[in-house]
Formats: sequence, structure tokens, C-alpha cells
Amino acid sequence: MKYTEIMVRYGELSTKGKNRKDFIGKLAGNVTKVLRDFPQIEIHPRHDRLHIVLNGASFNEIDQKLKKVFGIQTYSPTIKVEKTLQAIEETSLALMKETFKKGMTFKVNTKRSDHHFTYDTNELNSLVGDYLFENMSDLKVEMKHPDLVLRIEVRQDAIYISNQLLHGAGGMPVGTGGRAVMMLSGGIDSPVASYLALKRGVDIEMVHFFSPPYTTEKALNKAKELTGILANYAGRINFIAVPFAEIQETIKEKVPEGYLMTVQRRFMLRLADEIRNKRNELAIFNGESVGQVASQTLESMMAINDVTTTPVVRPVATMDKTEIIRLAEEIGTFDLSIKPFEDCCTIFAPPRPKTKPKVDKAREYEARLDVAGLIERALAGIKVTAIYPNDKFLADKAEEDAALL
Amino acid sequence: MIYFDNSATTKIDPAVLATYNQVAQNIWGNPSSLHKMGDRAFQLLESSRKQIANLLGTKQDEIFFTSGGTESNNTAIKGTAIQKREFGKHIITSSVEHASVANAFNALENLGYRVTRLPVDKEGRVNVNDLRNALDTDTTLVSIMGVNNEIGTIQPIEEISDLLTNYPTIQFHVDNVQALGKNIWPRVFTPRVDLSSLSAHKFHAPRGIGILYKKEGKMLSPLHDGGGQEKGLRSGTENLPAIAAMAKAVRLLLTDEAEKANREAAIKREIVAYLQDKPGIKIFSPVSTGFTPHILCFALEGIRGETLVHTLEEHDIYTSTTSACASTKTDEASTLVSMHVADQIAMSAIRLSFDETNTLAEADEFITVFDQIYRHFAKINHLGENN
Repeated sequence: MKYTEIMVRYGELSTKGKNRKDFIGKLAGNVTKVLRDFPQIEIHPRHDRLHIVLNGASFNEIDQKLKKVFGIQTYSPTIKVEKTLQAIEETSLALMKETFKKGMTFKVNTKRSDHHFTYDTNELNSLVGDYLFENMSDLKVEMKHPDLVLRIEVRQDAIYISNQLLHGAGGMPVGTGGRAVMMLSGGIDSPVASYLALKRGVDIEMVHFFSPPYTTEKALNKAKELTGILANYAGRINFIAVPFAEIQETIKEKVPEGYLMTVQRRFMLRLADEIRNKRNELAIFNGESVGQVASQTLESMMAINDVTTTPVVRPVATMDKTEIIRLAEEIGTFDLSIKPFEDCCTIFAPPRPKTKPKVDKAREYEARLDVAGLIERALAGIKVTAIYPNDKFLADKAEEDAALL
Repeated sequence: MIYFDNSATTKIDPAVLATYNQVAQNIWGNPSSLHKMGDRAFQLLESSRKQIANLLGTKQDEIFFTSGGTESNNTAIKGTAIQKREFGKHIITSSVEHASVANAFNALENLGYRVTRLPVDKEGRVNVNDLRNALDTDTTLVSIMGVNNEIGTIQPIEEISDLLTNYPTIQFHVDNVQALGKNIWPRVFTPRVDLSSLSAHKFHAPRGIGILYKKEGKMLSPLHDGGGQEKGLRSGTENLPAIAAMAKAVRLLLTDEAEKANREAAIKREIVAYLQDKPGIKIFSPVSTGFTPHILCFALEGIRGETLVHTLEEHDIYTSTTSACASTKTDEASTLVSMHVADQIAMSAIRLSFDETNTLAEADEFITVFDQIYRHFAKINHLGENN
């Protein structure tokens, strides 16, 4: 079926009041970003809906991208026809023939904003219904919960027909929730937390700690590639790589083993907060999940969180590991997350970290270090990379291999 | 030049050789090395494995690289026998297997294993009832070839698979060195097959490289101990250029497989049409769905196979006695002997084996040349005079 436009319905708008305009503007911008590969399309944001005029672009290709845009509740591929009964009938029949499967029920639902059109809504409902019955067997009408709703909208310029209601990603348009940094490791949890942050409209930048030569370039590239997957939901995400080896070496040298992990985490949080501050952002997100590992007990969180008053949001804090994994699989980060490259969280992990570290002890051991100097040098070494949907960073030579094989 | 000895080895395909060269020159890191070059090699190794698995209809983890058919057969057979020795020491094969299977069984017999060698019928085919009768509670392995290398009989792997479905603990090995690319794969590689062997030089890839298919979850004792490559089943640095070349060759081989097999069948049909009913000629590989299209074995009574091979060679036509691997030995063809063909006739057998590059024009030329030879020998041997 050659669809001519997509009608997009917004989510969660009723509560937005005066911010509605901002919401729609952001959504239109995000849709424009993810559909930048389709120069022929036109995007028209209106107060109740957003219209994407396809101008010949493939609905199926656009569908793949559109279903990852947060802030869309539902959408329908639609066909625009001239304002004659014959055009309505023929297009309706073609649509139904393509989507109807034996045993389904349907109804016709007409809306009319052009009140001068020859037929009113009831007339159109029954005319089109009769026409479909004449031309298709097995049709069954059901008013309350039909499987298919054939929607006919009579507007001033033309008539719009659709019969599919597709579910969007829901959530809020990315950017409407402000900007924040996300502490991205490379594991399973932080990509899921990133996804959830984006879903609430928060525009995130990834902060990733790396420690060459203790960690390999592969680990860094893995985190970047994960960001590429998440960029499908945001259009683009900045990746901020923070060198962490000097800090880890210094801590290892000067802090008792039981507090290695706590002090390392305090430094990470400090660095994330400094970056947030410099980049005018409002919060820190991370992938901590209560009770998962020693650094994620409430006592640990208390001792680590001591270094900042910035809100630290933990989207997966109360999720079970199995729930997190299910979501990771759904968003496509799982297979990459489980690739076993050393990351900076594991290289200086003490064999017996304190699960109940004390805040004052952590402060006391830290006092032996040149905290300001270490932070300053790490910040001087950060590198920011803009990452776009599905950017690849791990040596993926599949195409080269395919040419050889 | 007419090359009708493709079951011995095939000519390497220039495109396959190009892959070999490119990999040897450009991607020469050790797949086990940690650095980028090792990584690149590892990736190509796994891409090759994946491509082969997809083409053969297996999982990627089920494809193991070996040095060829002989090693694959030995690993499958000895690996099973050793792995399962505590569960039983009875192992079963047929009497018409390739030397690499037959001698592996001989070696195990010398180590105290009990071996049953199933007889074959007049077409060289194993009878499933014989197998059923041979099975007992000590049986750990059944190894039957998919396609016979000497006369081209397709063994009843499907029926055997049905039978062995009731014996899930017995490991079923199929030597499929002669069977790939002949449009018969599902008949010789059923879901019940646990282990199967392939050899690259039989399909236009380099020699010295092969495949052992091992079904997920099946256990084998490795024959090589070492660095643990190929998940510990086959240690030794992977022969990456040959592996990549083989992956390409499998793809090329299976492209238009049916059409290629038909071409080979047409050549066989044409030559059989000429040979049949000639006095003194005995055909062992009839045109039939029970035989592979690419092998034609026949005997010219009274003339040793060796003599015929050399006579044809003088006309630039290359054939073999029934198996290149057995041809340097003085004993007769083992498959024909197992079929109770008289020694005199078995010694006269030759094997023509085709590939998809052979043509009907070559078949015609072969017939013209062979007809001269035949007339000459028929006169000397008084063939047809008694008929």
C-alpha cells in the first residue's frame, strides 16, 4: 500500500499546560533528526497531531525509526484521497484487503471537519461499510472492540483514510526533561538506565571512565557502540571519555584495600558532577541497582553520594536483574553489554570491598590524596565525541569479510 | 585435457585462491593474539565459521576446523570411542568405508574395542536391518559414509537416522567427504547425524583443511592436546587463509547446486548410455537416485584398471582406479570386493569422477577415445565372441 502520510498522536500532553508548545516543538525536532535520511518528507507539527507527509518515502523504513521516538503515543499510516465517494471507497477497499485477516472484526469511523461535504458521518459510515461488504466476504462488524478501525477524516483540503493504529514508544520527547550526565560503564545496567532517562525526556550525555593500559581500547569502543544504539532514541548523544588511570593508581597506592572501591566511586561521582556543572546540566544519572554489588548497598551509596548535593537519579535502582536484562534485550544493548572486556570498575576491585563503608572513614582516607589536582588533570584529559544512531566503533569487518568470503 | 578424477581432488578455483592469498598476505595475525591484528584474524575466522554454518544449516558453534577429511574422521571416531569408553566398547561401521575410517576402526580394534563391520548389497549399500541387529547396549558409535567414494552409492542415512532416533546415546558419524554440493545434502546430513566430515580440496579449495561438524552437546575426546583452539577439540594455530578460502568455496559450491549436479548427471548419463550393453563392460554406478551424479565406476573385463588408467592418460584423459587413496596398493578395490564382485572384475574397475566444470563435449570426446581403446582390447580379449 502506498501511504501518503503518517498521522502522529502525542502522549502525556494533557498535563503539560503551557509547556505543550515546547513539547510539540521538541518532538518535531526529534522526528526531523531521526528522519534526516529522508529529504523528501515534510513534517507539520500541529497542536493536536503531527503530520509527516511522505512524498513517496517508504513507510516501512520510516516506521522502523519512528517507533523509537519518545513522546509518540500512537501513529497511523494514512492515505490522502480526493474528495469523492469513489476515491474513498476504492482506497478503503484496498486498505482493508491488505490488512484484513479471516476472523477479524471491523468498523468504519468517520470524522468530518468539512461540514459542507456531500455526505455526513453516518451516511459515509454506512456507504463505505456497504461497499466493503459487497466487495469482500468474511467481513464482520463489531462496534465495541473491533480488530480494525477504518478511519475516514473529511477535512478541508482532502480526505484522509487509515485503518491501523500503531503504538509509539510513549514517554516524553527527549529534551523536554532537561539535560543531565549519565554514568555509562559498559555493563548491562547503565544502558538500560540511559534508555529510561531518555524515555522521560531527559537529554543525556554519557560520561565514561577509562584506564589505559589497564583497560583496552575495545572496552572504550564498546561503550561508544552502546551509545550508538541508545542514540536511536535521541538522535545524537555526546560521549565524554574521562581518563581515570592516574586516579586509580593513586588510590591503590594510598588507600586501604577495604575502601579502594568506595573512594574510586567518590572520584567518579565528583568528576561526573564537575562535567555536569561545566556543561550546565541538572542531574547525574547512573545504572546503580540496590543490592546488586558491594558499591550499591544503601550504606555504600550514602558514602559515595557524600561528595555532591546534585540529584543522582537511578532509573534501575529497584529493578531485578532479570527485569533489567529483559529490557536490555528489548532495546538491543544486551549482546554488546555482555562482551567481556575489562572495564575500569573491575581492574582495581578489591577482593573484599566494604559493603558498609563509613562516610567519615572515606573522607579521612581521601584527605591523604591531592583530590583537586587529580580531578583537574582528569578533566583536562576528557574527550567529547558526538555519536549518532548505530555508529560502529568495535572493529566490525563484516563487510570486508563478506568481500573475502 | 580431460580431468575426470575430481573425487581424488579438484582444481583450486582462482577466486578461492585469491581469497587465500589476500588473507595470507593481509590478515596474518594469530587469531589467539590479544592485539588488533589477532583480533582481526579472529574475526575473519568466526565470519568464515558463520558463513559455513549458515550454508550447511548448522549452528556456528557446531563447525570445527581440522586439517581435512582424514583428521575429521579420526577425531569423530577415536574421539567418540575414547570419550565413551566407560559406557561401552562396541563400535559399528560398514565394510565399504574410506581408509581413514576403516583404519581408525582397525586401530581401535587393536586397542580392545569390539568392531562390527556391516556388509553391503550388490549396489554397495548397507542394510538397515543389519545395523538394527548389530546394535547392543555396549554400542557407542555408528559410522557410515554418506556417499561411497569408489562407486558413488548413497547410503541410507535417512533410514539409519530413523532407527538411531531410538538410541539417543549412540553417536552417529557420517563421512560426507564425497557428498557436499551434489544436491543430496538433506539425505546424508539428517538432524540425527551427530558428527560429519568434510574436506575442502574436494570442492575447489586448498588441501590441508577440512571441517568436522559436531552437534551441540555431543562430547568428543580431542586427539591433539595443545593451546585449546577450536574449543579444545582441535588445538593448533588455525590455518586461517585456508579456512577463509574454504568458506568461500562452500559458498561458490552451493550456488546453483541443483543445476551443477544436473550437469554432472548429464555427463554420467551420456557415458553410461554408451557403456551399457557393451560386451565385457560392467557398470557399478548405475544412473539412479541411489547413486551420486558425479561418480561412475565400471570395469572392462580382462584389462586391469591400472592399464586402462594409463592408456587413457596417453590421450590426456585423467581417471583413476577406484580410489586414489587405495590405488597405490596392490590389493583390489575394497568396495567392490565387499559387494562380492569377482576379483578378476574388481581389479579391472576404473572410476570417472566429474565436477561442475566438466562438459558434455568432454563426455563425447571421452567416448570417442574410449571406443578406440575398447575395440582394441575387445579384439585382444575376444570380447563379445561368446555372446
